[in-house]
Amino acid sequence: MLTLAVLIPLLAAAVLALAPVGAGAARWTATGAPALSLLALIAVWAGGGEGFRAVAEAPWIPTLGIAWRVGVDGMSLALALMSALIFVAASAWPMEVHHPRSYYAWMAFLAGVSIGLFVTLDLIVFYVFFDLSLVGMYFLIGRWGHGEAQHAALKFFIYTLAGSLLILIGIIVLALNMPQMTFDMRAIIDSPPLAAAGMVPGLIFLAFVVGFGIKTPVFPVHTWLPPAHVNAPGPASAILAGVLLKMGTYGLIRMPMQMMPETFARWALPLAVVGVISILWGSIVAFAQDNLKRRIAYTSVNHMGYTVLGIAVAGSALGSEAARQMALTGAVVEMIAHGLITGALFLVAGAVWQRAGDYHLPNFGGLAGPAPRLTGAATLAAFASLGLPGLAGFVAELHIFLGTFAVYPWLGAIGLLGILITAALFLRMIRQMFFGDMPKERAGFTDLTGTETALLAGLLALVVLIGIWPAWLLELIDAAALIPVLGPGG
Amino acid sequence: MPIGDLAPELAVLLTAVAVLLLAMVLPQRRHGWCAGLAVLGLGLSMALALGQAGAERLTFSGTYALDPATTWARLAIPGLAILCAGLAPRWLATDRRHGEFYAMLLFSTLGALAMAGAADLMQLVMGVLLSSVTGYVLAAYHRDWEISLEAGMKYFLVGALANAFLVIGVVFVMGIAGSTDYATLSGGIPEDPLALIGLTLVLTGLFFKLGAVPVHTWVPDVAEGAPVPAAAFLTVVPKLAGAVALYRLVHLAPGLAALPLLIALVAAATMTVGNLTAIWQDDLRRLIGWSSVSQTGYALMAVAVVGVAPMALPALLGFMTVYGLANVVAFAVVAELRGRTRIADYRGLLRARPGAVVALTLAFLSLVGIPPLAGFLGKFALFSATLGTGFGWLAVVAVANTVVSLFYYLRVIAPAVFAAPEGPVETLGGSARAVLWISVAILVGATVLWAPFWASLGQGLLP
Repeated sequence: MLTLAVLIPLLAAAVLALAPVGAGAARWTATGAPALSLLALIAVWAGGGEGFRAVAEAPWIPTLGIAWRVGVDGMSLALALMSALIFVAASAWPMEVHHPRSYYAWMAFLAGVSIGLFVTLDLIVFYVFFDLSLVGMYFLIGRWGHGEAQHAALKFFIYTLAGSLLILIGIIVLALNMPQMTFDMRAIIDSPPLAAAGMVPGLIFLAFVVGFGIKTPVFPVHTWLPPAHVNAPGPASAILAGVLLKMGTYGLIRMPMQMMPETFARWALPLAVVGVISILWGSIVAFAQDNLKRRIAYTSVNHMGYTVLGIAVAGSALGSEAARQMALTGAVVEMIAHGLITGALFLVAGAVWQRAGDYHLPNFGGLAGPAPRLTGAATLAAFASLGLPGLAGFVAELHIFLGTFAVYPWLGAIGLLGILITAALFLRMIRQMFFGDMPKERAGFTDLTGTETALLAGLLALVVLIGIWPAWLLELIDAAALIPVLGPGG
Repeated sequence: MPIGDLAPELAVLLTAVAVLLLAMVLPQRRHGWCAGLAVLGLGLSMALALGQAGAERLTFSGTYALDPATTWARLAIPGLAILCAGLAPRWLATDRRHGEFYAMLLFSTLGALAMAGAADLMQLVMGVLLSSVTGYVLAAYHRDWEISLEAGMKYFLVGALANAFLVIGVVFVMGIAGSTDYATLSGGIPEDPLALIGLTLVLTGLFFKLGAVPVHTWVPDVAEGAPVPAAAFLTVVPKLAGAVALYRLVHLAPGLAALPLLIALVAAATMTVGNLTAIWQDDLRRLIGWSSVSQTGYALMAVAVVGVAPMALPALLGFMTVYGLANVVAFAVVAELRGRTRIADYRGLLRARPGAVVALTLAFLSLVGIPPLAGFLGKFALFSATLGTGFGWLAVVAVANTVVSLFYYLRVIAPAVFAAPEGPVETLGGSARAVLWISVAILVGATVLWAPFWASLGQGLLP
């Protein structure tokens, strides 16, 4: 089932690359493929089960312990579901693109790769998908972006390849230290191979944190993100923020936290500090941006900072078990919530670009009059992003901070500042864009079309649902099963 | 003497002679037939090698090793030579000495085979010299083009020096250890400064074949100036053979701690020099040349951990083979585009020649090591071999270099894919195009074929 969810979009991409189909058909193929994956994933979800479920294996290089292994636990299933949904929305998003067939082929390719990354249970296959996501995004930004697109794409590719190679080193060292070389995630999680003491585990931990930190991104290795977002087409930005960034935090939980828990506990505090710095840095810098997309991009740094903080708290081995679970639940919900919310925000930004060809905030104003639906969607998404109670972001941040206050109260207190600044920057953004006087050049600005409204409404409905009734999501994630059990003194 | 043991090598030798005779009797416009004959002979050699697969013994008075490493070399070397020969017919169609090119290519292949299987220092010298002497001719085959002549001359000058070192080194080792026979030398090389000097000199000769620092300077010139089929051949086949020979040699002296360290330093220097220089190239062929220097540096990682890491040998052979495939694809693209070589001329090429650009992208991404392309499996194997040992830092150097290399590969790919098309594009077609697609297919298929390759190779090495 999971294999199907990965293969369908990849096959769709191959078909689109080779068969001469029109723009409309290409768009529906690229939308339909992740939709089918979504159905397959929902079927897995409906099947229920504990721990890793829907497991399937096929040999690849048996002598090295590498195989095609798929299976999901609550966290990866939730992330895969969210990714499939974002891809449906991003592919269905109405866009005038040149060479639509290649564009949608890359979209479908990325969909398969992203879902594959979340559902695989083999570290090498994980790495394969991790790198392929770079290749796909590189071509999407470089070819269909605007402005300094090629430069941004190059920066993105080189930055994240550096990170991914560090991850590869970490993966290999983990596998080599198993009694018998294997890349099976379950085996490594069950018996973490590296003890806490010594230089090697510390270095490997560092490699993982830097590698995944680049992808997440955390301060100070976030500098690739703003140009990549600003120059990417709207739907590609939605995927980049909604799905690709989650690969970093997902990896952070899967590998360093679950596979080297003792080392993680030793270094949890520095990681939490990095998270807090990202929270503050992201929000303060976002506040200073005059470019709509750049501002949203920096809030991603801020939100992923919350996630990293939650992960660090969860792996700290300090405080009560309940507090750590709380923080991890929050971190995973934040990933889902940020995916949906920022996905929606970037689609809104894409809509603005299609109509105005501009992201400069002072050039906007008074759009609430001609574009009420756009205003509504943007406002709802912005409120969700700043953590308004009753919306998904609040659930996530509440859990994270409750957990943090039990473990690192001071860091929690400093991190709360980030929420204040984010609130201010989003409110200012809403005011600048939608209220006040409308500049002359914005005359004739049209509202969202029916399709656009429907897609945004779908994403935001989930945001509201998670905000009001999060129980189903918390139950699915089941953070208690994710936190590694440490030996005494660990 | 069990003459049958050398049947694959003899097949290449006899084909070379036959090609030479055929070229004498055929009119010049029919010289393309010689390519067909050469391919047949090389294929026959591969078939004979397959027939001997599984043998594990020394033959011809202990001068030649029949082991899994030789078997792999006997398959990979003629296989890659077939691809290179296939690039030549239209490329050299107007050359008055078209037919003899294939004879030279076959003799060079024979030298490479002899080098890879050598289990005796004298045999090694013979293989290196045969491969080198024919290589000089292949590099300078465009006799009325200055750049080709310059390439041949540089190759010759560096080679003459390196080969002199090689011979002197052999004399040193023989003087200290009293034998040239690997079976006797194995573990019997005394920890003596003279022996170390001797081995270092021998290594220098092999570093030349591999294009490693400090005897790497010929690589970019040959890549730029040699006829494209010869450039593909010379940056791939002698390197593969040299890598096997180097591995065998280092395998002999497990006690000399200085040797692995020396090789590790050369590896780090080679990959760094190759990559940093490649960044500044404006000529695609030179860029491929420098990138091929850096790839040698990666390969040497496996040689540095000989005897320590069990998977060093399969990692080395696997990496060199997929590197060779990717390099052949890159040169096949250049050949198919009639030698188009200025990077600026690749702008917007995706529109005009999508196939060529896709092939070049695949080749470059494989050279970077982007999964699931086979180049990734090669690098993965190298990293796995190195990381378990004291040379883990080499993997870190390789990572830094890989990131740098992505930059210059994308300097070619990005404008080709993103820019608007410019001007008409001529292609060579014929067998060059066929080779392009066959080698792309093998490169892509190598991802799947990796598992059986890895399982078959084990750690087999004699003596």
